[in-house]
Amino acid sequence: MIPDAAAPPFPAPAASGAGAGFAWALRRDLRIGVRTKGELGVQVLFYVLVATLFPLATAPERTLLAALGPGVLWVAALLASLLSLPRLFASDFADGTLEQLALSPYPLAALISGKITAHWVTTGLPVALLAPLLGLQYALDDPARYTLAAALLLGTPVLSLLGAVGAALTLGLRGGGGSLLALLVLPLYVPVLIFGAGAVEAVRGGLSAAPHLSLLAACLLVAAVGAPFGAAAAVRIALE
Amino acid sequence: MTMNWFKYASPSSFYPLAGRIGAACAVAAAALTVAGLYLAFVVAPTDATQGESYRIIFIHVPTAWMAMFIYLVMAGWSALALGFNTRLSAMMAQALAPTGALMALLALWTGAFWGRPAWGTYWAWDARMTSTLILLFLYLGVIALRHAIADARRADRACAVLALVGAINVPIIYFSVRWWNTLHQGSTVSLTSAPKMAATMLAGMLVMTLAAWCYAIAIALVRVRAIILEREGGSAWTRELMAAEATA
Amino acid sequence: MTALLRLDVEGLGAIRGTTRLFSGVDFHVQAGQLLLVRGPNGAGKTTLLRILAGLSAALDGAVAWCGERMRPLDARLRAVVSFAGHAPAVKDELTAEENLHALLTLMGEPAGDALLRDGLAAAGLAAQRTLPARVLSQGQRRRIGLARLAATARPLWILDEPATALDDAGLAWLAELVERHLRAGGIVVAASHQPLAVAPARTATLALG
Repeated sequence: MIPDAAAPPFPAPAASGAGAGFAWALRRDLRIGVRTKGELGVQVLFYVLVATLFPLATAPERTLLAALGPGVLWVAALLASLLSLPRLFASDFADGTLEQLALSPYPLAALISGKITAHWVTTGLPVALLAPLLGLQYALDDPARYTLAAALLLGTPVLSLLGAVGAALTLGLRGGGGSLLALLVLPLYVPVLIFGAGAVEAVRGGLSAAPHLSLLAACLLVAAVGAPFGAAAAVRIALE
Repeated sequence: MTMNWFKYASPSSFYPLAGRIGAACAVAAAALTVAGLYLAFVVAPTDATQGESYRIIFIHVPTAWMAMFIYLVMAGWSALALGFNTRLSAMMAQALAPTGALMALLALWTGAFWGRPAWGTYWAWDARMTSTLILLFLYLGVIALRHAIADARRADRACAVLALVGAINVPIIYFSVRWWNTLHQGSTVSLTSAPKMAATMLAGMLVMTLAAWCYAIAIALVRVRAIILEREGGSAWTRELMAAEATA
Repeated sequence: MTALLRLDVEGLGAIRGTTRLFSGVDFHVQAGQLLLVRGPNGAGKTTLLRILAGLSAALDGAVAWCGERMRPLDARLRAVVSFAGHAPAVKDELTAEENLHALLTLMGEPAGDALLRDGLAAAGLAAQRTLPARVLSQGQRRRIGLARLAATARPLWILDEPATALDDAGLAWLAELVERHLRAGGIVVAASHQPLAVAPARTATLALG
């Protein structure tokens, strides 16, 4: 006869908050990201390559390049972001960590926010810092280049946030990593593209970029609050 | 009232109801289309500035409006599917997506054919058309995701999440595209600005819009019946139905 | 609090895609008992375990923990479960110690240095403590996962093929861990092709498919 336990010998797990969950995921993913330097370099190289292709395809004429520059550098940032998105969840999905994340007492949205932030630090942030340098290739003047950096700093996190929802929806699908993810996520990127490139255009035209940057900041706030929950819902759906 | 609605949440009881409503709407759609086209091509007067070519707005405006409206309805069904975890809500969302995409495509096509005589170019990057193009991509994304996921329940929920995310973004996208357009083209050239519309023109557009609405309902219900049969294929009631229809 | 630990399942059914895996599954597991789930490949063992862990939703039936009925994907169920899936949730880029630390802190469990050292030593991985998991074998990775189980304080263990890739010493250690957990009054539900060397008095079997 197996005696029933008189009192459960197991203490209840400590209540865990969103901040702790965010910090856990951020620390772990940054550590992993730093140790896979090969992958990081590839994304940044891709960005530089794409930015270099456009002048080759048109003509290296200064006014043309300066007119093209903001748009090209933004679209290249979008594409570089798309390239890196599948790896946000793919590795965790493959080795069973994603299930542990879903089972954790930390809110899944908080854990995912940490992952997205780490992802941005290793992909979006280098792109945003590199873009002003590439702006020289496009004959952009200093105010335009600094505005480009500021806009990308505000916009690339939004790309990571929205892209995370797409990556979670296409988890584990054959061929879903590439084109399907792009189809799902690129229409959502349009406002960021418009406001971001528009900011640089405004500065080139002698106007202030403040309205554009404020709109980008607003997009960032909305995405930062909403996207992790959307991604968490999508992750749970993929794990079912 | 609540009891009645939830009764129809089961695919087996919804199936015959969908058939009846669908047939009624199909008849209404046909009648309204005839009436609308008559108003559009016979009754409505020739436009002072654009001549006869403006008549395409009688198809363009209803389809553009329906493309937007169907997306909202699809998002509504998606919210129900996620909130109440009902299969039928997800099937309705699945049934609406292709029709919405078709409406968006028609809106773009007719818009292009209106643009040609009106501005000399098929595609002028105006705010409404560009937003409709992005709306088409959103529809295609939902349809593509549905096809990419093999498991029906996972597809239901994933497409529901995607539809809702898209619905939240649609106003933002529309606003940003309009902003972009006004910055680059000065005065907005809106395809729907026919400011002084004769009463018959307005009547014609309303009738065509109602026709498009009835058509969308009819075709969505026909499609959802097919989806129900396809997905509930193994259950007893479908087998009975097939047997009954085979002997009829 | 003297709630009796027990897991009750009634009329559980599940589908994968359009095929029905199982239906009408009933079992009751008390504190100190191991439920061994057996069945051919594709019978739905993994699906059953994931439903019990709160990752998937069943098509019909009810799961009750300590007499309280659990909703599908219930957070209360997740809070008492320690789930070990097919893949041992070990990241290649982190060392064995960092992996164990991450897995424990993720579940809100204490993970001090001494605890990690002892845990890895008990798992036979003392020498591999600071090596990246990339260089470890499948069996060694599974030992890290089991070390997490050993250090966890949760009452309900759900194990999916825990014996995979383990050598004889590993299998003996796994059996010892499960016995220790059962003696402390916990419950283990495990799907395993290989029998677990646990006292038969504590073991019940469920055959699927």
